[in-house]
Amino acid sequence: MRRSYDVIVVGSGPGGMAAAVAAKKNGARDVLVIERDVEPGGILLQCIHHGFGVETLRQDLTGPAYAQRFVDEALSLGVDVMVDAMVLRITPSRHLWVTSARSGLVELEARAIVLAMGCRERTRAQIRIPGSRPAGVYTAGTAQRLVNVEGYMPGRRFVILGSGDIGMIMARRLTLEGARVERVLEIMPYLTGLTRNYVQCLLDYGVPLQLSHTVGRILGDRRVEAVEAVQVDERWRPVPGTGELIPCDTLLLSVGLIPENELSRQAGVALDPATGGPYVDEGFGTSVPGIFAAGNVVHVYDLVDWVTEAGYVAGRSAARFALGDQVQGAASVGLRAGENVRYVVPQRLNPESLADGPQRLQLRVVRPIEGRARVQVADGDSLIAEQRLRYARPGEMVTVTLPPSAYDRVRQAKALVVCVTEA
Amino acid sequence: MAQEKDRLICVTCPMGCALEVTHEGPALVEVSGHACRRGIEYARAELADPRRMVATTVRVRGGLHPLVPVGTAAPFPKGRIMELMALLREVELEAPVRAGQVVLADALGTGVDILASRSMPAAD
Repeated sequence: MRRSYDVIVVGSGPGGMAAAVAAKKNGARDVLVIERDVEPGGILLQCIHHGFGVETLRQDLTGPAYAQRFVDEALSLGVDVMVDAMVLRITPSRHLWVTSARSGLVELEARAIVLAMGCRERTRAQIRIPGSRPAGVYTAGTAQRLVNVEGYMPGRRFVILGSGDIGMIMARRLTLEGARVERVLEIMPYLTGLTRNYVQCLLDYGVPLQLSHTVGRILGDRRVEAVEAVQVDERWRPVPGTGELIPCDTLLLSVGLIPENELSRQAGVALDPATGGPYVDEGFGTSVPGIFAAGNVVHVYDLVDWVTEAGYVAGRSAARFALGDQVQGAASVGLRAGENVRYVVPQRLNPESLADGPQRLQLRVVRPIEGRARVQVADGDSLIAEQRLRYARPGEMVTVTLPPSAYDRVRQAKALVVCVTEA
Repeated sequence: MAQEKDRLICVTCPMGCALEVTHEGPALVEVSGHACRRGIEYARAELADPRRMVATTVRVRGGLHPLVPVGTAAPFPKGRIMELMALLREVELEAPVRAGQVVLADALGTGVDILASRSMPAAD
């Protein structure tokens, strides 16, 4: 087995596979993808529903079909894939310690690395639900794997906490498999997932959604017997006297995703507390030279299409770095979240990149604006780019493009501040 | 036929316009609340013949996993989804399965095929 590669990608989900494909197409001679599951594809393999590829492929594919397309393309380009293997450590000098039953503990070396570990679900411990600790509390993604890949039903009567996409999709999936979904509870006063999922997963199957509600308590000895739904005020405090017991045997949690960056941290990659992922530049380069990051490991996307796009950019950057023809230029300009913006990716931008073409900034808003809004990129009082939006919602990523014509002003800027306000 | 009013949410794009529709049975009379003309088309189709893409799993013998994901090749009549689920519960395939393989042709006489979403290699 080879020990040294131009590019090694950690994770074979959509971000990793796109990075591997792009690295090969941009001249990297040998590319390896390392995957801890028994086959490549990542979390898409358990997302058996449709809706993938609509934006970029103009096709409505299931998750497994979308994954297969990129796995097939990577293999046909000659990308090596190592499955059932776990990366234990990455060093700043781009050595990787990898363990697997087949090859034992091995040390690999890469000219460039792409981190594509994706994200993890938040669990009960992270949201601190009071009550007893019976069996029958699952994250929505764990339940999804049990039902769609392994063939087990985790319960018969469900309550789902969180109106994120995975929660709503599981409400439909469990109903189709004969279970009863009593209710979806959402602590925010608005839906956190996509509207199409509200219509096609909840409305279609008569699953009630309760906004500004959460689980106050879990009841049950060995197994969940009921959860107490409780209304919350605008600061998420339970409103006394609003508790309602809902009998059920299973509680699913769909309460957010966190980029998975243990390996990044060990490698010395600086992380942005706002995203939970690495600080990146427009080529998805991290703070460590030669280490790039792609997809949900950087920030949690709402559509896989954008993960693939990010993977392409990261893979191309990694190939260029590995081949030694990285573009050197002026110092990067920082991007900062301004009014009503939670975060902006990338966090820094090399102005020279605008010579290659327009550069896309992606961000999330703090509070929803239903009605006309505008996103502005400014250097102090000087406006550099502006885009109109029909609305802005925390659940849907906002994209704003810096045109090549902004080159001069970006080069002279101290920092770019992005804000989203009513138009 | 008497005119009725209903509310729909257009899902053609992520904006999700709240539509107010006036209809006579399955025939659209008037729609309001749409930001673009795709909302009118959505309301018309949703009233006359509501359809959805359906995805589920079927059993597979001797595969890497015990199930293989499958999906409709085209939108399927919404009112018959539970019937389709009951039918697919009886299907069992033999590994290996090819991506795109027809698992069930012309499901329930609707003209819609059910296809395997991925390939499923035989277990080692």
